[in-house]
Amino acid sequence: MIIAKDIVKTFKSGEKELSVLKGISFEVKSGEFLSITGRSGSGKSTLMYQLGLLDVPTSGKVIIDGKDVSDLSTDERTWVRLSDLGYIFQDYALIPELTALENVLIPLMMLGLTLKDAEAKAVKALERIGLGERLGNVPSQLSGGEQQRVSIARAIAHEPKIVFADEPTANLDSETSKVVLQNFIELNREGQTILMVTHEPEYAALTDRIITLSDGMIVSDTINKNKR
Amino acid sequence: MERRKKRFKNFLISLQVGWFLAFRQVKRSSVATTLLIIFVMTLTFLNLVVVRGVLVGLLQGSTDVYKSRFAGDIIITNLPKKNYIENSPSIIEIAGNLPWVDKLTYRYVEGASAEANYKTRIDFTEEPDTTAGSVVGINPALEDAATHISNTVVEGRYLTDNDAEGILIGANMLKKYLDIEAPGLTLLENVAIGDKVRLTIGENRKEFVVLGFLQSKVDQIDFRMFILDTTFRNLAGRGDYNVDEIALVLKEGADEQVVKEALMASGVGEYARVQTWFESLPKFLLDIQNTFGLLGNVVGSIGLVVASITIFIVIFVNAITRKKYIGILKGIGIDKTAIEFAYVLQAFFYASVGVLAGMVIVWGFLVPFVAAHPIKFPFSDGILVAEVPNTIVRAVLLIIATLIAGYIPARIVVKQNTLDAILGRK
Repeated sequence: MIIAKDIVKTFKSGEKELSVLKGISFEVKSGEFLSITGRSGSGKSTLMYQLGLLDVPTSGKVIIDGKDVSDLSTDERTWVRLSDLGYIFQDYALIPELTALENVLIPLMMLGLTLKDAEAKAVKALERIGLGERLGNVPSQLSGGEQQRVSIARAIAHEPKIVFADEPTANLDSETSKVVLQNFIELNREGQTILMVTHEPEYAALTDRIITLSDGMIVSDTINKNKR
Repeated sequence: MERRKKRFKNFLISLQVGWFLAFRQVKRSSVATTLLIIFVMTLTFLNLVVVRGVLVGLLQGSTDVYKSRFAGDIIITNLPKKNYIENSPSIIEIAGNLPWVDKLTYRYVEGASAEANYKTRIDFTEEPDTTAGSVVGINPALEDAATHISNTVVEGRYLTDNDAEGILIGANMLKKYLDIEAPGLTLLENVAIGDKVRLTIGENRKEFVVLGFLQSKVDQIDFRMFILDTTFRNLAGRGDYNVDEIALVLKEGADEQVVKEALMASGVGEYARVQTWFESLPKFLLDIQNTFGLLGNVVGSIGLVVASITIFIVIFVNAITRKKYIGILKGIGIDKTAIEFAYVLQAFFYASVGVLAGMVIVWGFLVPFVAAHPIKFPFSDGILVAEVPNTIVRAVLLIIATLIAGYIPARIVVKQNTLDAILGRK
């Protein structure tokens, strides 16, 4: 599904160069629920941005479904993000003046669906994660958990090949976090590939496979046999 | 071909998504902010239209009065080097019989001097109370029907056919109305309605009773004296009935050029100069009008630049405060064209609503109000000129400037790195 080949990411700050990712390689298989974990500053979010085409690695390749996407133009990357990938951010990243329904249907419209079809698909996605009653609410009228679930609905509505979730529970209390993670588990059961960045071992324990980063390198890549 | 088709389809999708975002952004933004931006756009539009409109209207008021009170639509005057229009009676007949002519008036004009207070003058070493100018012989009924000159009477009353010894004096021949000291300019002092003045045309002199004073802010009335045509003919020895001016007022919708050509074709041009009212305008008036128009355009251009900067700042502040959301939209795959469209459409909305409000204010209130209550300038009653084509051009210019000014900041913000925008990094 997605292959990372020797990904290096360095940031320049004046004369100094800071290596955040130091040659990372791994493969995510279709239908997998994978978590990337590690301490703060270990490079897990940076890795996710490279894989999710939100950033360009200094060197290395990202291959999605057999296609090298490392050298795509900005517009082509935008199109891949729109059609093949889904994103869930730590702070929900919803557009404040759009309702839950509108937030979800915007990428669908961009994909060329008619407003009617986009609406139907967005409603379906929101109902799937249990937000069918809050379609007309703008983000400020929703709780943190509900906002994150709208964000999940937006990420999955167009049936992407892979969903990237960057610390999706960081701003939520433990009860709400469990609901959100339950959503992930259910989606994964239905076949959705998910790559989640988390620093909480408890949440990483819910995934099929755990990759641990330290100082920009993979220190462990384990299949979670004790998946809860 | 296929590629172009796909690109066009993507463009349409971007437009649709841009519209979707813009509509909701405006709909759910603060009403006060939206109203404030529209108010600024309205003021900018008014600045563009009204400043020029007043400058041009200042002269337009003057030329309008020149036309309505003096020249009519067509003015026939004596040829250069001729003292009067030869063959006047037949020209008046030809002009009066033209199907387009609604009203006609003719005038006899001669240089004259008027003297007041001559009966009470004791010290003959002092200058007499005199003034020099033109005296005009008119048929009061015809003149008033054509030019409504009686409306310019500011004191006393208008002439009637029975006022063989009555005279009307233009305000600029009287010290009380034109209180200026200029070399060579002598004005009548201490003249009141009912007083007697002595009029001298050539060798002939006659005493008249002052019936009224006229003030129109047009020199052709304010610097002239008016008496009955019958009296004039006797006093000036114009037994041939040859006049100096014939003013024609045309029927509604009649074309001045057509009438002028008809008159020329009838041979009037051999004896007189035939001009439309506009052609007869004094050159300095046209020069000032053009200069004011130019000034108006300069001020308008500055207004346009100010409007562009205003909308640039509004859209830039709006886009920069929403940088994170722009980043998110780009991050989830929304095309940059769609996001730029959203901001351009918002700029278009602010500009077009502002312009529409401005048009309603200009045509619904300002133009009729100023027409009913002209701005009293010393030399004219200024109106507000806002011709439809000119105003539309300014509206379109403002909207185009706004679209460009809306697009540039949107482009600047949209071009920023997606991830930096999402993460709030500088």
